[in-house]
Amino acid sequence: MSTYELVTPLKVEDVKKLSVGDVVYISGIVYTARDEAHAHILELDEAGEKLPIDLEGAAIYHCGPLMVQENDQWKAVASGPTTSARMAKMTPKLLEKHNVRALIGKGGMQGVTEALKDRCVYLAYTGGCAALAAGSIKKVRSVHWPQLGMPEAVWELEVERFGPLVVGIDAHGNDLFEKVREQALKAFCQLR
Amino acid sequence: MTVRITYEDAAIATVEVIREAETCLPYDVVYAIENAYNREVSEIAKAQLAAILKNIEISKKQLIPMCQDTGIMVFFVEIGRSLIIDFDLEGAIIEGVRRATMQVPLRPNAVSPLSRKNSGDNTGAGLPDINYSFVEGNKLSITVAPKGAGSENMSSLRMLNPTETSKIKEFVLETVLKAGGMPCPPIVVGVGIGGSFDKAARLAKQALLVEMDNMDAFELELLNDINKLGIGTMGMGGSITALAVHVKQAHCHTASLPVAVNIQCWANRHATVVLGGKA
Repeated sequence: MSTYELVTPLKVEDVKKLSVGDVVYISGIVYTARDEAHAHILELDEAGEKLPIDLEGAAIYHCGPLMVQENDQWKAVASGPTTSARMAKMTPKLLEKHNVRALIGKGGMQGVTEALKDRCVYLAYTGGCAALAAGSIKKVRSVHWPQLGMPEAVWELEVERFGPLVVGIDAHGNDLFEKVREQALKAFCQLR
Repeated sequence: MTVRITYEDAAIATVEVIREAETCLPYDVVYAIENAYNREVSEIAKAQLAAILKNIEISKKQLIPMCQDTGIMVFFVEIGRSLIIDFDLEGAIIEGVRRATMQVPLRPNAVSPLSRKNSGDNTGAGLPDINYSFVEGNKLSITVAPKGAGSENMSSLRMLNPTETSKIKEFVLETVLKAGGMPCPPIVVGVGIGGSFDKAARLAKQALLVEMDNMDAFELELLNDINKLGIGTMGMGGSITALAVHVKQAHCHTASLPVAVNIQCWANRHATVVLGGKA
């Protein structure tokens, strides 16, 4: 297990050197996106429209932050990760069209290992650690699609050493969560 | 002497009890997490637990919500029999939730189920969820248990056959297995056995409020077996998947055996405020 410091926009080499269990800290820009934002991005892609955000080398954060507005400037109060599994079905399509290099969330994602191969990694941040996460957000740059509501809008966050993030799925087909699930299933079959 | 409580008293108390629940985890829950940290051997899990403990401390010190999913508000209100409530208590609690959304602050989570339109203030048809009971005395006790969706979505209910009592454990284990790392383990598991379809679910939720290490032999057996699954903190493997299991029972129809499993993340948030009580 190694520790890496990465800066966005991420290059494909940045993520290919990572293996499951490695620890990563990210600095630069992360975009929050949950269910509605994923659906909206896919809709715009389908319609051939341009997105208001630049996903080249981007890090997407599965997060619906709690924000407050002070003197026209948004501030993150609490901003931990949400359950990534809900975005699993939409993710392969998103990665087909955009060179997103990191997905940050919690709980793992089933069915995306192939889509991530040679291009992207899944990074796990400790679920519920929202006060801790807010501390590494230096600035809220902007908000896109606020009509989706505070949790579902896309927030462009400037972060400094955001982490520790654990590589849950690497770009070589390894999935830490899948390994744990397999072991848990075996244990369940013996206990039932 | 009767004790007078006003609408404003109840609304202010509601804001304060929500603030406490969102920012300050009950001591028995923190103790259980510290204990898990000390016992855990997996390096990854231990680092996750360390982050959780650090987060709990920041949230308590700075009075900011420990999790951005500030939940939906579930209230358990106990009304002393000798109290006179001559105002709109339900309205006061709802008003408290609206104020708390601005003042704590809370993330606006309440949406209409089909249009998904957000009300913006954590209230709406049927929300907050308020449960009343009558008790002896002259106090008004308001308990709030904010419930996040990550763990709530992993909960389950099954109508077992009455002869299948031996299947209860399997159902609990199966629910935890399916949930994996998604509900933010280490979890607390509330189990409701008996009652009716809806009563079992309510019992399971109330079971989450029981003091953490107050467990009987059956609850400890369930806890040990859950931990043998090895899901670990955040689903990345480890010896501690659950911090506690609590079971609540009710009599049920002779032809029924409802079993509900309510999954709660490590942030087992709840707080109680008591009004009145002076003669």
